[in-house]
Amino acid sequence: MSKGWMCMILKKPAVAGTLESSDVQIMVEPCEGKIEIIIQSSVLNQYGKQIKATIEDVLKRMDVTEAKVTVIDKGALDCTLRARLECAIFRSSEISGEYPWGDVIQ
Amino acid sequence: MIKRSKPQKFRLRRTMLFISAQKPGQIKDPYIYGADSIIMDLEDAVAENQKDAARFLLYHALTTIDYGNTEVIVRINGLNSPHWKEDVRVSIAGGADGIRIPKCESAKDVQIVEEAIEKAEEEFKVPKGRTLIMAALETPKAILNAYEICTASPRMFGIAISGGDLRRCMQVTQTPEGIELFVARGQTVLAARAAGVQCFDTVYTDMDDMEGFKNEVIMVKKMGFDGKSLIHPKQIKIVHDIYKPTQKEIHDAERIVRAYREKSEKGEGVFTVDNKMIDVAFLPSAERIIALAKACGIYEGDL
Amino acid sequence: MKNFVGREIPDELLVNGKEVFQGINYRDGQYFKKASPKVRIYEKPVESKVVGSIREAILKCNMRDGMTVSFHHHFRDGDYVVNMVMKEIVDLGLKDITIAASSLGSAHDPVAEFIKMGIVTGIQTSGIRGKVGEAVSKGYLKTPAIIRSHGGRVRAIEEGDVHIDVAFIGAPTSDEYGNARGKGGKNDCGVLSYSMVDAKYADKVVIITDTLVPFPNFPPSIEAIDVDYVVVVDEIGDASKIASKATRFTNDPRDLFMAEICAKVIAATPYFKDGFSFQTGAGGPSLAVSRFLEPLMQKWGIKMRWAIGGITAPIVELMEKGSVDMIIDAQDFDMRAVESVNTNPNHYEISTSQYANPANKGAFVNKLDFVVLAALEVDTDFNVNVITGSDGILRGAPGGHPDAAAGAKCCIVVTPLIRGRIASICERVVTVTTPGQCIDVVVTDHGIAVNPLRKDIMAWLDDAGMPHVSINELKEKAYSIVRKPEKLQWEDKVVAIIEARDGTILDVVRQIKPYSFE
Repeated sequence: MSKGWMCMILKKPAVAGTLESSDVQIMVEPCEGKIEIIIQSSVLNQYGKQIKATIEDVLKRMDVTEAKVTVIDKGALDCTLRARLECAIFRSSEISGEYPWGDVIQ
Repeated sequence: MIKRSKPQKFRLRRTMLFISAQKPGQIKDPYIYGADSIIMDLEDAVAENQKDAARFLLYHALTTIDYGNTEVIVRINGLNSPHWKEDVRVSIAGGADGIRIPKCESAKDVQIVEEAIEKAEEEFKVPKGRTLIMAALETPKAILNAYEICTASPRMFGIAISGGDLRRCMQVTQTPEGIELFVARGQTVLAARAAGVQCFDTVYTDMDDMEGFKNEVIMVKKMGFDGKSLIHPKQIKIVHDIYKPTQKEIHDAERIVRAYREKSEKGEGVFTVDNKMIDVAFLPSAERIIALAKACGIYEGDL
Repeated sequence: MKNFVGREIPDELLVNGKEVFQGINYRDGQYFKKASPKVRIYEKPVESKVVGSIREAILKCNMRDGMTVSFHHHFRDGDYVVNMVMKEIVDLGLKDITIAASSLGSAHDPVAEFIKMGIVTGIQTSGIRGKVGEAVSKGYLKTPAIIRSHGGRVRAIEEGDVHIDVAFIGAPTSDEYGNARGKGGKNDCGVLSYSMVDAKYADKVVIITDTLVPFPNFPPSIEAIDVDYVVVVDEIGDASKIASKATRFTNDPRDLFMAEICAKVIAATPYFKDGFSFQTGAGGPSLAVSRFLEPLMQKWGIKMRWAIGGITAPIVELMEKGSVDMIIDAQDFDMRAVESVNTNPNHYEISTSQYANPANKGAFVNKLDFVVLAALEVDTDFNVNVITGSDGILRGAPGGHPDAAAGAKCCIVVTPLIRGRIASICERVVTVTTPGQCIDVVVTDHGIAVNPLRKDIMAWLDDAGMPHVSINELKEKAYSIVRKPEKLQWEDKVVAIIEARDGTILDVVRQIKPYSFE
């Protein structure tokens, strides 16, 4: 990651998002040695694989290699999924201040 | 990333619709209702501990959703909060058209925000000067400083009254005739016109009283406001209907413009139209009505 | 074999003269001999047909395994009749029963158990929801369910496609002889339109009421001459769920926005003239259209001659204001409508055959000018899906949708472009319930599309200055926002057959496969 960022190490469980229609609630927690993604979605049949791919894409871009991600989706658009996951990762890493908009967040 | 066209300082802003930046259901397609501007709110609509989440939603919405010709303004948090600087950064990074400064009280407030905007424009490679600014006047001091606020920056496109907070500070209650805000409204319009910027009236929060809302819109239009802040899409049509020039107004304006062009070619500076004395002073209003009719999409003439 | 709308219909279903859908009006000009029931002669006078219980009525009707029973759905989510009757049938040890209802809903969840137990082996209905829909979708029903429109059901009964052994007709009031009406009791529903064909074509007819009234209960919706037995129970339904107090227009700004556009589309056509006819929907934007038509009617000085369909308070109010001359009633959704049909001489009850039967000599839908309908999905061929949800589970009803769409001069479907993350305008609907050739205009919150078959409507919209785009453009807009979805995965087993109005096969629904990330 550029801009001298600290590596994204998850320190604690963190949640972002709500269970309202069109939103998604994502919980991110530290996990030993792997990425585990659990997805529940009101549109699973249509977007299950795409949701998983989006989660994996964000994790990769943010250099997160160990995490448990639990997704409860109520029909969120892709941009909402990214927003909620990124927020949860930053919260879990206990990083705040100036965010890397346009860089790691895209 | 969605490319938005360059923000215009002067454009139709009859309706400015507030939406919460923390509600995905509201940000995904508010443009369908036809408001001229959308204000994405990071301030009152977002809980204190969700400011970060709202910024992420805002950034992704601004960069992926195509809002078309609808203007997108972001209401940042107040200057006395720890949030506003990051609000400015994310808004510029996302390509917002403008920033709305809440609780603005002085030219200095505007300049502080302008500085942060400039820094962000440089950081995120946005053309310098692209992002516009508007200020919300929410206290008596703000109203008294309205002119200096309007002229504090070339980026300023307008000022808005925030009735709820203002009434509280003034220690008055809301009346249907609006007498309690009469002077504040008047000052706002005067300042805006003197500075050559736009002015917008406050939100109307009683969704059950559409008749009261309509009367307020008629009144503020007569007072000279360019538009109104709204909290709900069903208020949009009422404002647009009231701000639409009537066919008679358009017709009269056309006659004045045509007559003026015809007469001035002959060297006549004063003439009569329908038994009324007309000179060059009448021209800008007439031209403005035709421009407004065109912008509203109802002009069918050939001027 | 592929049918007219491009759906693959398994050959094993094309037996006994069953054909694939070949386009609307395919059977125009054909002849058929009407099926008829086998009925008992009651020459010897009896004073009363009232029997002690539903169980007794079932025994007296000589019910056997393998029979078909029928019900109407005028009691909607407040219905007790289906469950009361089925409980007795099951307790008596009968099995292999087919239920031929005009519609089934979430009130009928207990039937799902009987399906899983293998007691109910056939379902024929318009609507299928709740646990029954899930059970059928998961493959528990022994034979494929048959889904028909309201008009299609009448035709199927008259042609003998379905033979009803016993019709159980819930009635708000009945006399001891079986003259039954939709009003006057504890649980009023206004009209009994759906059951009229059952009364004429079933071998045995049983009236179930909770309010016995003095003879004769006139004018009857169901005539005593067709009735074998009458049963009196405590409650035929839950009044609050049968008819709401008064349906109100939606307040949702998106729905109102779309409703107003629909009204403008209607006004742009030359069919919008004095004496026009209109079918409104039951809720959401399709009901709210009438609210925006009213000022346009006043502005142009025109009146609606007749309104038809499921009737609600707003339409009744329009008539009371003098904007509508008469209401033709096939179902009542609220108490205002129930009251109106029984007190206003310009509000008429009709049978479902008069409303929408494609095989009679001319139903009301054939004369209809405008209908505004909802849809779950519309594809780029304008085919509509109102029955399978985005998860592939049966959860909806064609109802009068295909009938009104086929008959109306201008059929408008109104739907938001996207619901949550599901695109309503898509490449290919999950299931076809109304063929695209019947759909003239699609109104969404992101724009209007006109069927290329209707160049005339395109020209009228152009004249009115109303922009429209191609349906493909709407689909692309939807997909650009939500991204193109994956296709649903199905097993081979057919769990439901969607019949077109004329009895040909429009589409099939298969068992949904559980989702896999692989």
